[in-house]
Amino acid sequence: MATVLELEKPKVRVRGLDFHYGRFQALKNVSLDIAEKKVTAFIGPSGCGKSTLLRVFNRMFELYPEQRAKGEVLMDGENLLTSKRDVSLIRAKIGMVFQKATPFPMSIYDNIAFGVRLFERLPKGQMDERVEWALQKAALWSEVKDKLNQSGASLSGGQQQRLCIARGVAVKPEVLLLDEPCSALDPISTARIEELIEELKDDYTVVIVTHNMQQAARCSDYTAYMYLGDLVEFGETDQIFLKPREQATEDYITGRFG
Amino acid sequence: MSSPMESGNPVYAARRRVNAFMLTLSGAALAFGLFWLVWIVATLLWEGATALRPSILLQPTPPPGNDGGLSNAIIGSLMMAGVGTAIGTPVGILAGTYLAEYGRTGWLAPATRFINDVLLSAPSIVIGLFVYAVYVARVGHFSGWAGALALSVIVIPVVVRTTDDMLKLVPNSLREAAVALGCPKWKMITLVSYRAARAGILTGVLLAVARISGETAPLLFTALNNQFTSWNMNAPMANLPVVIFQFAMSPYDDWQRLAWGGAALITLVVLGINIAARMLFSKKH
Repeated sequence: MATVLELEKPKVRVRGLDFHYGRFQALKNVSLDIAEKKVTAFIGPSGCGKSTLLRVFNRMFELYPEQRAKGEVLMDGENLLTSKRDVSLIRAKIGMVFQKATPFPMSIYDNIAFGVRLFERLPKGQMDERVEWALQKAALWSEVKDKLNQSGASLSGGQQQRLCIARGVAVKPEVLLLDEPCSALDPISTARIEELIEELKDDYTVVIVTHNMQQAARCSDYTAYMYLGDLVEFGETDQIFLKPREQATEDYITGRFG
Repeated sequence: MSSPMESGNPVYAARRRVNAFMLTLSGAALAFGLFWLVWIVATLLWEGATALRPSILLQPTPPPGNDGGLSNAIIGSLMMAGVGTAIGTPVGILAGTYLAEYGRTGWLAPATRFINDVLLSAPSIVIGLFVYAVYVARVGHFSGWAGALALSVIVIPVVVRTTDDMLKLVPNSLREAAVALGCPKWKMITLVSYRAARAGILTGVLLAVARISGETAPLLFTALNNQFTSWNMNAPMANLPVVIFQFAMSPYDDWQRLAWGGAALITLVVLGINIAARMLFSKKH
């Protein structure tokens, strides 16, 4: 178990987090800090718990009654797991983009406006501005500005994923969780999303789960290597990739992992 | 040594023979099933064609030996099917929504689903007798309301089942995406799940309408029949299935002709509804 790397300005602070799928323990006493307005990558082999950890942050796991989390996930000092606030309010502050693009069965415009309408009643003009702003942020505006009324499903896979990012950005969250956002995309779309992540960290705290180690090396500031529910090593991305402290981390990132 | 990838290969040849044999069998089974269906529809249309004149829609059922149509039965059928659907659809959709969206855990949803399946396959005469016992016998007379009630009891399980099935086809990732934006559950269901399953749910309602438009037994015990045009739901009401039943059993030639016409009419309507449902569903998938 690695010692906890305490960051000076963490957006989210995880302490002693255990997670169970029924009887199976998927996270074992995980503690780490997520730096504000930086990109943090979770890497590790399939089943290591990295997506599980991500889904604790916005309490997505609560949709499934057999899943339980215990420990502390502090955001701005408040434990999200025991917060008495409506979970919808917490989720609105923590956006999420999934592995598979999930456009809603409605127009491109309504896909973006959907989340905004949940919390804000904007006049038409301001809503138009917000939709454009979000699509600009997700580098999709120029491609869709003439077909905002078309179905979101009519877009290509890469465009759909950027639509989902725009949808997440539109509600102005503070944290953006990306769960393998590029695993179903071609290299060109992947490159666009990586550029996007680079820009997003000016305004948002970004956490990305990825199977692609080059991607973690390219676009993250901090990297956590996980294995079988343990956080093996956490540190600055350069340090993890150039001078890993743990042998297990080195084996994994150099591809010698068995 | 010769390669195994040649047509003389005995394993390959045996597989080809089995394939040809099974394909012939399933083709024969298809032809057998289709034969009766085509025969029924062809007979109906052939016999019904002479009765399918404008007067069948415009004139009420005649006494034997007189000119007439089926207008009172058509009106009654439309009204009772309409009210039955109007009662059964919201109940069915709400119950189906509970099963698919809320009943993920616990015993209530599986138990309801099981009972619903039983109801789905219950003989419709049982439903007719049930409404007779709890409603008709109490108020003391047959009525259009009782007929509509019986039909709604048939609509409910069909709509529950299709709504449940169609909502379960909506990928969970879509629900998670909505919830991740801070969407409360009821809004997630009404704005995302319903929208994604809309065509399927509507198809279920249409199929339920098709199902009740030909039901005879539940109406025989509830709405009975009426020789005259009646708009009063609180009185016995004419309807196509019961009129067909009565006229087809009669010794009068012109009544029998009208029965053929009514049967052809129902078949065409049901066929039309099924085609509409199919088109609606395929547009979405």
